[in-house]
Amino acid sequence: MPLYHTEDQAMLADTVTGFMADEGAIKQQLRHFRDINCQDGFGHALWKQFAEMGLTGMLAAEADGGLAMGHVEAGIVLREIGRNLTPSPFLTTSVMGVTALSGGSEDLRGRWLPGVLAGDSVLALAIDEGPKHRPERIACKAEKAGNGFRLQGRKAFVVQGASADAIIVAARTSGSDNDADGITLFAVPKDASGVSHENLRLVDSAMASNITFDNVELDGDCVIGEVDGGRALLNKVINAGRIGAAAELTGVGQGAFDITTAYLKTRKQFGQLIGEFQALQHRAAHLYSELEIAEAAVIKAQQLLDGNSEKADLMVSVAKAKAAKACNLSVREGVQMHGGVGMTDEYDIGLYMKRDRSLSEFMGDQYYHAERVAQLSGY
Amino acid sequence: MSDLDAFRAEIRAWLEANCPAEMREPVRDEGDVCWGGRDAQFKNEAQKTWMDRCAAKGYTVPDWPEAYGGAGMSPAQAKIWREECAHIGARPPLSSFGIWMLGPALLKFGTEEQKVHYLGQIARGEIRWCQGYSEPGSGSDLVSLQTFGEDKGDHWVVNGQKIWTSYADKADWIFCLVRTDKANKYQGISFLLFDMATPGVTTKPIKLISGNSPFCETFFDDVVVPKTQIVGELNRGWDVAKYLLGHEREMISGAGGGDRLNAIGAVVARNGLEDPILRAELAQFDVDALAYACMGEKFLDEAKVGKAHPAQPNMMKYVGTELNKRRHELLMAAGGATALEWDSERTSGGTPSRSWLRTKANSIEGGTSEVMLNVVAKRILELPGA
Repeated sequence: MPLYHTEDQAMLADTVTGFMADEGAIKQQLRHFRDINCQDGFGHALWKQFAEMGLTGMLAAEADGGLAMGHVEAGIVLREIGRNLTPSPFLTTSVMGVTALSGGSEDLRGRWLPGVLAGDSVLALAIDEGPKHRPERIACKAEKAGNGFRLQGRKAFVVQGASADAIIVAARTSGSDNDADGITLFAVPKDASGVSHENLRLVDSAMASNITFDNVELDGDCVIGEVDGGRALLNKVINAGRIGAAAELTGVGQGAFDITTAYLKTRKQFGQLIGEFQALQHRAAHLYSELEIAEAAVIKAQQLLDGNSEKADLMVSVAKAKAAKACNLSVREGVQMHGGVGMTDEYDIGLYMKRDRSLSEFMGDQYYHAERVAQLSGY
Repeated sequence: MSDLDAFRAEIRAWLEANCPAEMREPVRDEGDVCWGGRDAQFKNEAQKTWMDRCAAKGYTVPDWPEAYGGAGMSPAQAKIWREECAHIGARPPLSSFGIWMLGPALLKFGTEEQKVHYLGQIARGEIRWCQGYSEPGSGSDLVSLQTFGEDKGDHWVVNGQKIWTSYADKADWIFCLVRTDKANKYQGISFLLFDMATPGVTTKPIKLISGNSPFCETFFDDVVVPKTQIVGELNRGWDVAKYLLGHEREMISGAGGGDRLNAIGAVVARNGLEDPILRAELAQFDVDALAYACMGEKFLDEAKVGKAHPAQPNMMKYVGTELNKRRHELLMAAGGATALEWDSERTSGGTPSRSWLRTKANSIEGGTSEVMLNVVAKRILELPGA
């Protein structure tokens, strides 16, 4: 498969680019909801518009009312989300959440998917348990209790956790903390008794919660997929999150790059445009190279994931690491090249820098993924 | 079976029957590379047989038209040819600057007569070419070149000096940039072809830091070049040169494949990897190398359908060569004292250290990294004053 978009994908990109630039722009969305101290960190009206365009169910099966698209298509949306810093539940709900639910029973899908597709509900993912992404270790326990389970433990960095109608929790139903087996995924309703949130605003104005599950009683219907056999599904959900975050990072990096090169073409010092200085030209050209390469790695990984290739795991980590490196370079160079105004809240470049930091951390930073590349390569 | 599947089966069967076993071994050193030419040195009979068999089928230049010595393969067929060769580890039957550089320029700018004559010779490995571009005073600023061809009616008399002429001492002919109008900088250069055996041509190998001498100084002293031996129009050689440099940059970038794109951590780790910081550096390199390989694939896919930015090879060349230098720095570090050996048998005559030193030219030859960045800034980013 060639490493560029098909005609259908290019059409989708055209539509989404226009939509996000108009409706998801920084001023109307990110700045607005930040400045009114919105406790969701995103706007429900825009989420409804996502639904009207069919974006919320992109990855859901046609039988479930979705579009049965893949990670290449979801990545097209995420890149534009990244470019406009549009706050939305798309990555967690429509990419990771839908991937998780797709591994669940018809009843479970029937319970949660219609709300997601309609843009009425939001899903959150409770996987990590500390400040760093370490999904290999899961200590949060769900013990058999009657016909159901009793959930006990803590989860961290649950993006939009307090706004979610259902929290998808990866819990241990057998074995010890570092075992690959013995994992079960649950869809925990937000009103379940014993769930408490420490709802936090992050540096990029997104909301995330640390969740405590204190003897939360769950009936058997909450189980997604197999009891004890949830690791494969969890890996699928995590891969979807990683490649999704990588795609969004390429958008953030590109957005920062675009406003920076525009600035180089308008700002004058020493009687000339600063973009005429070779010191800045070479850095901009280097940055361009890194962003192009990151984008190539991302589309390759998306295609491999969509094709269920055995090389997908490796390439997803390459893509997440490379996208994080390139995007981070883009926002750092962006702020520096903007000079003093880059430090002001009035200019958008700082917002890109904050978003990069948050997205890089999400589902494993560049160091985690470089380590994983080494391990998957056999060293 | 689709047409391409049938084609693949045909190529596979032909390779199986015709590629000698010795030619399926990895290329170990310069002697294993077949350059052809009037005084071709073949390491063994198999090398000659392999070149001749491929030439007879047009497989030395598979995507050139049949009329010019090629096999007329489509891009998809040529990809299959490369894949099937890689599958059995077949060495390139013929390596030459004629194939990589002059050929594409002739295909675009040559007359029909020139194409039939020169391309056929290249495809059959009969003539070995070298490239006369850089001069002592004209490196990155190539267009300032001074080698001058004086108009003498039906011929030019060329005087001047070239430098960094790869294998000039072994080449039969040269494609050369010569100033034919001193008043016009860009539109005063012509692209000439001439025999290195012409009276007045002398070469002097330059010893490099690697201890090898792949490059020469080349001197022209009243060299007579008939006017039929110009490619493209008089004084428009810069257009040919720019087109050809694009090909050279693509080639040096390794965009078409080749081992420099590979990750290295796993290979290094086979001999033990005890230093965690080195391991981390290798992992970071592998991330960059694997991502760059995706870029190479994407670039080729996009180039095929005209989606790639025409200046993109400059970016590829910049990143690919910088990556290759980093690769060899890491290989030297991982090799320790063994990699320092200069002429031991164990290192096949200092291959690690000599290869490491050779890579330092990657980001200089064919346009320096700094020039590549200038081109990206100007033509892709459209920054002011660039």
